[in-house]
Amino acid sequence: MKEQLATIRTEALAAFASAGTAGDLDALRVKYLGKKGELTAVLKQMGKLTPEERPAMGALANEVRSALEGALEAASEKLEAAALAQRLRDEAVDVTIPGKAVALGHRHPMYIALDEIKDIFIGMGFTVLDGPEVELASYNFDKLNAEEGHPSRDWSDTFYFDEDSRVMLRSQTSPMQVRAMDTMPLPIRIVAPGRVYRKDEVDATHSPMFHQVEGMVIDRHITMADLKGTLNAMVEQLYGKGTKTRFRPHHFPFTEPSCEMDVQCHKCGGAGCPTCKGEGWIELLGAGMIHPHVLEMAGIDPEVWSGWAFGIGLERTAMRRFKIADLRLIFENDMRFLEQF
Amino acid sequence: MKLSRKWLNEFVSIDANDKDFAEAMTLSGSKVEGTEDLGAEISSVVVGRIEGMARHPDSDHMWICLLDVGQGEPVQIVTGAWNVHTGDLVPVALPGARLPGGKTIQRGKFREAPSDGMLCSLKELGLDERDFPYGAITAAAILNDYHPIDPDRPSIPEEVELGHKLFGSVVVAAAGEVKSLGDGRWSVALIWTEDGTPVGTSVETGCQNIHSMDLVAFNTKARTICTLADLRAEQREFPHCIPDGIFVLQEDCKPGDDIKAVTGQDDHVVEFEITPNRPDCLSVIGLAREASATFDKPVRWHTPEVKGGGPGVLAELLDVETPDPDLCPRYTARMVRNVKIAPSPKWMRERLRAMGVRPINNIVDITNYVMLEYGQPMHAFDYRYVNGGKIVVRRAAEGEKLTTLDGKEHTLTANHLVIADEGRAVGLAGIMGGLNSEIVADTMDVVFESACFDGTCIRKGALALGMRTEASAKFEKGLDPMNTLPAVDRACELVELLGAGEVVDGVIDVLNHVPQPTVLTLEPDKINALLGTDVSENEMWTILQKLGFLIRRDRSVTVPSWRGDVKAMADLAEEVARFHGYNNIPTTLMHGATTQGGYSPAQQLERRLGELCRSCGYSEIITYSFISPTCYDKIGWPAGLPQRDSLKILNPLGEDTSIMRTTTLPSMLDILARNSHNRNKAVRLYELGRIYAPGGEDGLAIESKVLSMGAYGEDMDFYAMKGAVEAILRDLRVQDVRFTAPDGEMPAWSYHPGRCAWVWAGSDCLGIFGQIHPTVAANYDVDAPLYCAELSFDELMLAKGADPEYVPLPKFPAVTRDIAVVCDEAITVGALEEAIRKGAKGLLKEVTLFDIYRGENIGAGKKSVAFSLVLRADDRSLTGEEADQDVQSILDTLKNDLGAVLR
Repeated sequence: MKEQLATIRTEALAAFASAGTAGDLDALRVKYLGKKGELTAVLKQMGKLTPEERPAMGALANEVRSALEGALEAASEKLEAAALAQRLRDEAVDVTIPGKAVALGHRHPMYIALDEIKDIFIGMGFTVLDGPEVELASYNFDKLNAEEGHPSRDWSDTFYFDEDSRVMLRSQTSPMQVRAMDTMPLPIRIVAPGRVYRKDEVDATHSPMFHQVEGMVIDRHITMADLKGTLNAMVEQLYGKGTKTRFRPHHFPFTEPSCEMDVQCHKCGGAGCPTCKGEGWIELLGAGMIHPHVLEMAGIDPEVWSGWAFGIGLERTAMRRFKIADLRLIFENDMRFLEQF
Repeated sequence: MKLSRKWLNEFVSIDANDKDFAEAMTLSGSKVEGTEDLGAEISSVVVGRIEGMARHPDSDHMWICLLDVGQGEPVQIVTGAWNVHTGDLVPVALPGARLPGGKTIQRGKFREAPSDGMLCSLKELGLDERDFPYGAITAAAILNDYHPIDPDRPSIPEEVELGHKLFGSVVVAAAGEVKSLGDGRWSVALIWTEDGTPVGTSVETGCQNIHSMDLVAFNTKARTICTLADLRAEQREFPHCIPDGIFVLQEDCKPGDDIKAVTGQDDHVVEFEITPNRPDCLSVIGLAREASATFDKPVRWHTPEVKGGGPGVLAELLDVETPDPDLCPRYTARMVRNVKIAPSPKWMRERLRAMGVRPINNIVDITNYVMLEYGQPMHAFDYRYVNGGKIVVRRAAEGEKLTTLDGKEHTLTANHLVIADEGRAVGLAGIMGGLNSEIVADTMDVVFESACFDGTCIRKGALALGMRTEASAKFEKGLDPMNTLPAVDRACELVELLGAGEVVDGVIDVLNHVPQPTVLTLEPDKINALLGTDVSENEMWTILQKLGFLIRRDRSVTVPSWRGDVKAMADLAEEVARFHGYNNIPTTLMHGATTQGGYSPAQQLERRLGELCRSCGYSEIITYSFISPTCYDKIGWPAGLPQRDSLKILNPLGEDTSIMRTTTLPSMLDILARNSHNRNKAVRLYELGRIYAPGGEDGLAIESKVLSMGAYGEDMDFYAMKGAVEAILRDLRVQDVRFTAPDGEMPAWSYHPGRCAWVWAGSDCLGIFGQIHPTVAANYDVDAPLYCAELSFDELMLAKGADPEYVPLPKFPAVTRDIAVVCDEAITVGALEEAIRKGAKGLLKEVTLFDIYRGENIGAGKKSVAFSLVLRADDRSLTGEEADQDVQSILDTLKNDLGAVLR
């Protein structure tokens, strides 16, 4: 009997190891470990043994059974692993085939630039203001110190809706200064982006409709040094830390002193090149201290309050930001242009 | 405003190079647009005198010239030009010379004849006839140069003989001696034969290309030497008789002189952009003042001195009346008699040219010179035509006519100010003189006008006539009335300097408005508080004094008369800032109360809508707010539709951009069409655009925003667009969303009537979407289907749902039942869903359409619609029976309400 067990063990282990499929293995399990299997058959002979022989033989038989069961499980695991490996091989894909397309839309580059500017000023506690594009000339001009006779009021420069030149398409976002002064409590910190209109024929740098962002602060003790500091902070965020600026005297009817701010040419670093027309600087925006008379007209006492304002052209900012050479691209909205941003 | 640096240097010596000069002036407030070295491209070009010339032995058109170029030894130069003669002074480019356009000149040989340089034309020096009118060339037809177009049928025989009659009274003659008469005219001795007898005469001609031995065509009747035009000849018949050639100098110069000094090209010109508040800087003196303060260099002021003594008494000769004193604050005039009209001297012409003004004659040039130097526009009248010796500055009569110097006739209104004599207008005040009193060659007596007119009146007048002149551009900015007198004196001084006439003693000076100088108080603390600086009072004094402000010890500041722009403390602050240096003002960050920044709810919704559109694959566009009135027809809006009522721009750029849109659809269709025409395959676009309806407050527009979407391409259909709209509404948690097909009450003009839907939130209409009507698409030249959506931003804002509140996740399992019902084709899925919801008894959580089937086994005019129903109770696990009861109730409702039966 001992020999029989040893034989079963040897044969079964060999058979398990060489089983090629789960089915083969199952048949071997039945053959050796099943109710009518060989091991069971041997165990049935236990009754013939003496009581002294039984425990030893029993232990041996159990040992063989558990060895067979262990081997069976190992063989089964091995087969499963092989089958899995095969399946994974079969399921392999060509990873270079493009993914299933997820169509995402694109933000217009000009609004990307606008968002950047808005975020900078919101971070400094500014409110974003929206206002009418069809505007009263009194807001666009009179209350901004551009009196009757100012050249920008000419019909050759500005679009009008009535013969009296009373209602017009705003030619700048500056009327938002007046609207803010009229409606908001002091102190005021606003930016007002929007469309503006001037009678320019369409070309690579002109469009009858374009966008500006107006900025204005009114508070006690606001100085021109504050204006410079704020604008420099904006430029550094837009164009990178250390971007050089310079301020030049200029004239706007509604600010005094007035200035224009240039940024150092990004192309040549100030040496002079075709991009900056040899000047080394590129004009970015106009600004100044709010004219005392403008404050007075809005009922704000210039002896107590002072403020600054600036206006920046958005198209030009976006064009510089993304190196867009022709303004017309902005309004053509060709998909091949839009999807680059 | 152009500025000659030579002229500037007469007033203030600035030796900075152009770049440094430009930068310093720009930073002190006079923005430089560009600088130009007039002679930058010219070197080694000198004056030469032709000492002798001979025809090239091996050429039919070249001349060999010997020239004195001031080097002792004469040089030999070969030229192909025919307009030079012995004794002429000409520009000579020596070997190694550089000319405009990068051309360099080398020693050369022309058919074995060595040539040590080149004679230059005006063009080769970068000049043209506007710079030197006398440099224009008139060519005679030299018969030696005749090349017949058809060699077999020449119009002039090859062996032509003297006296041969060409036509009419035109005969062939030979030139003998050719003598210069100066001024570019020539005396030519001619010989020909009449009936075999030699005849000779001498004629004067302006043709510069005739030399001794040349054969010419002579018109014996008119006594002129014929040009090509006279012979009706084509240029190719006389290839060398061209209206081009060497620039023969009529300047005071000698061999060896640098040509740049002779032609005035040794000057540097700086172009300024002068802001409208500084008309005083539209002059050499004004800029000299700024340059002096910028570079801290003294100005050499010049006070005009007039000797006078001309015949007559001014008061008897001239009387000035100003019936409209408001429009003419000051009128100053002087008279010059026995005028000799001639070209002005070279130095004056050069300066005018450098500053971009064309020289005309001495008197006109003087008025322009003074305008450039003093910034005071001047006018000169011919006294003969000032009838009655009377000048009246008055409003024009309605319909009064005047022809201005440019030859244009104008019909005037009472809004125009004219200069008139006792009977008629002789000039448009401050704009342009009249043709009837123009300075002409035989003008004897001249009135110089130096006046100050009302800026607004001049501006409006010039605008109404569409003739903005240099003078009107100055007047409209408001000129210094104190400037008229020195200017008119300067003009008279120049007359005497040029020997152009005799100045009558005295000045007529009508001063209607005595300007009071502005007096301000210098408040250093306030200036520093505004600028954020710490500029010393001392520095402020220095800056203001340099600019001509008068400061007294009591800190009162008298503003100079030419600085009408300085009215208050802030203006003084700007003067201080300009010369202290804007870039020396510190940079600080604001103090003061912190303010709460951020986006309003509407701005947040705008941003969210943009994000949603982009995540649905739609890209942002920007379109013009104005459209063409024809757009409403293009999008199929019927005549009389109230929405067609648009704000109309009275002075649009063009018809295409003349009205404010009341719909964003045409803008979107334009862009879709453009993309389609550019063959972009799949396009999805959106814009949060404004529309402008008339009827707002104060005559303004009612401006509202529309979420405009548009798309085309393979993946697009009605349901793709609907999916995007639904996604947006779902994100905004809009409740009670419905879609209805258009009907008589809610027609959709621009859309396919069977493939569009109105979008509702309860009873509020949010907008419309769908396929664009094929006819409308065809109007945009697109035959593929286009899909658009228009959703009102304001309605979306109102329909936007509240912030979400957490609902506990279901604890009990759901039961799913699929049903398919057969119904009439006309019954919509929406109606079926509504019936399902109505029939459910509280357990139905979701209804999802999953199939629509049509086929023979269903029957004609019928369809089978399949839904998946999810049923669940919140407090227990459903039993099959409970679910079945609900489903049965649903099926009953479908059957009873819609006749839809279980398949």
